[in-house]
Amino acid sequence: MEHYYHRSDLLKFPEIGKESPELWNKFLDWYSSVFAEGALTEREKALIALAVAHTVQCPYCIDAYSQVCLEKGSNLEQMTEAVHVAAAIRGGASLVHGVQMRNIVEKLQMS
Amino acid sequence: MSVGSLRQRQSPLAGAGTQLQILESVPVPSFQEKLEGHGLSLQAAEIEILQVNVGKLCNQTCAHCHVDAGPDRREIMERPVFELCLDALDRIRIPKVDVTGGAPELNPHFRWFVEQVRERGRHVIDRCNLTVLLLPSQAGLAEFLAQNKVEIICSLPYYQQRETDLQRGSGVFERSIEALRKLNHLGYGGDGSPLTLNLVYNPVGAYLPGAQKQVEADFRRTLLKKFNVSFNHLYAIANMPISRFLDFLIRSGNLEGYMERLVNAFNPAAVEGLMCRNTLSVGWDGRLYDCDFNQMLDLEVLRGVELRGLDRLLSEPPMENASRFFVSSRLRGGSGAVFTTKTRRRKEFCGFEPIQSVSLRRNLVAGKTCHEFHELFQRNRALHKENLSQRRSA
Repeated sequence: MEHYYHRSDLLKFPEIGKESPELWNKFLDWYSSVFAEGALTEREKALIALAVAHTVQCPYCIDAYSQVCLEKGSNLEQMTEAVHVAAAIRGGASLVHGVQMRNIVEKLQMS
Repeated sequence: MSVGSLRQRQSPLAGAGTQLQILESVPVPSFQEKLEGHGLSLQAAEIEILQVNVGKLCNQTCAHCHVDAGPDRREIMERPVFELCLDALDRIRIPKVDVTGGAPELNPHFRWFVEQVRERGRHVIDRCNLTVLLLPSQAGLAEFLAQNKVEIICSLPYYQQRETDLQRGSGVFERSIEALRKLNHLGYGGDGSPLTLNLVYNPVGAYLPGAQKQVEADFRRTLLKKFNVSFNHLYAIANMPISRFLDFLIRSGNLEGYMERLVNAFNPAAVEGLMCRNTLSVGWDGRLYDCDFNQMLDLEVLRGVELRGLDRLLSEPPMENASRFFVSSRLRGGSGAVFTTKTRRRKEFCGFEPIQSVSLRRNLVAGKTCHEFHELFQRNRALHKENLSQRRSA
């Protein structure tokens, strides 16, 4: 196996349901309800999904939701901003942990 | 994106036969199978629209064009064929005439024809690319359309420059906005105005359009806010995998994926609204088709029947499962499917009937040029025939 990730593997996703179809069906029902239009539009939800896909760095999700975003009418500019939101939260999350670092240093060092 | 017509580039895809061969090789279920799977049949209805394709001449060379139109194309409808169309209108009650191309306005008989149709009290639709309204040679065109209360259906694939210019050519977005403003100024697209201005949105790549309602809302909000442009309705239409869009799909390695997506998006609820049910399409040379897409694939209603033979066609007994006529080519494998995504709103997508074939599947790989693809196709076809004859002789 040259790569851990293969695009074609995404099509095998339903195979996960083979050993536990009940849980798989519940997941599918829940998943489709989550992405249906509600207080947020389908287009907004797809942009959130794209941002999260970059946060969890899932190539399958990035592939799928790049396409879905285009289909829902988003453009490259909007999608890039969504990725920046994900990146900013990731970067900010690292940075804010600097407070922990400072707390520990404060406790250990002589003042 | 590509420039120049397929004809100009001497691409094998310039021929309908090659296109059909390639499409038939994609291993997806046929439209007929999809219909049968849902217990449906496609039935012709009364003809409500005479769609007249007045030629392939166009001032643009859009990357997705299903007509392979462009400035280099010279096939345009001549006056005698226009007269046959008018003769047909005199004899048959068809309420709407939908004029398309190419850029239909570039046909020298366009204005005369529109006036003749309007004199007969019929509604006229002009499929306009917008930029034609700004050509120096077309002075007074927008005013002419307004005076004759012609409904304008115009192409605008996106409300931003980047996407629009990718599909339609550099500078097209800016000129399209200028033309839309001109139309608004004449009263087109305004609330309560009798002048209807509708937009057509189609994806700028190998993906399907989203929910029409949502796309329309996005366009309406952005065009008004950024450009002070208004319109009546927006139609979201999927790209037909023929001609230059097929060329793009092959070159980008997206053909199989696009076809699968298209077929998976089949919506049985939309079959009733298929445009080929109530449209008769006339080619520039007077030949008759179920729709403009079939026209580009040379899939005639009845081979060899032109407008002159319309009476003969109308007197043909209805085919099985048909409420009226013009159904033969549809059932035989001529046309159409309506594919929608999750919306139930109508989206027109007229297609073909791909035939199951495994021989080519292995070669549907990314990066193949059309020429390479065609060569592979021919080679595989020869191999396939050889295998068959070997099996038979064994």
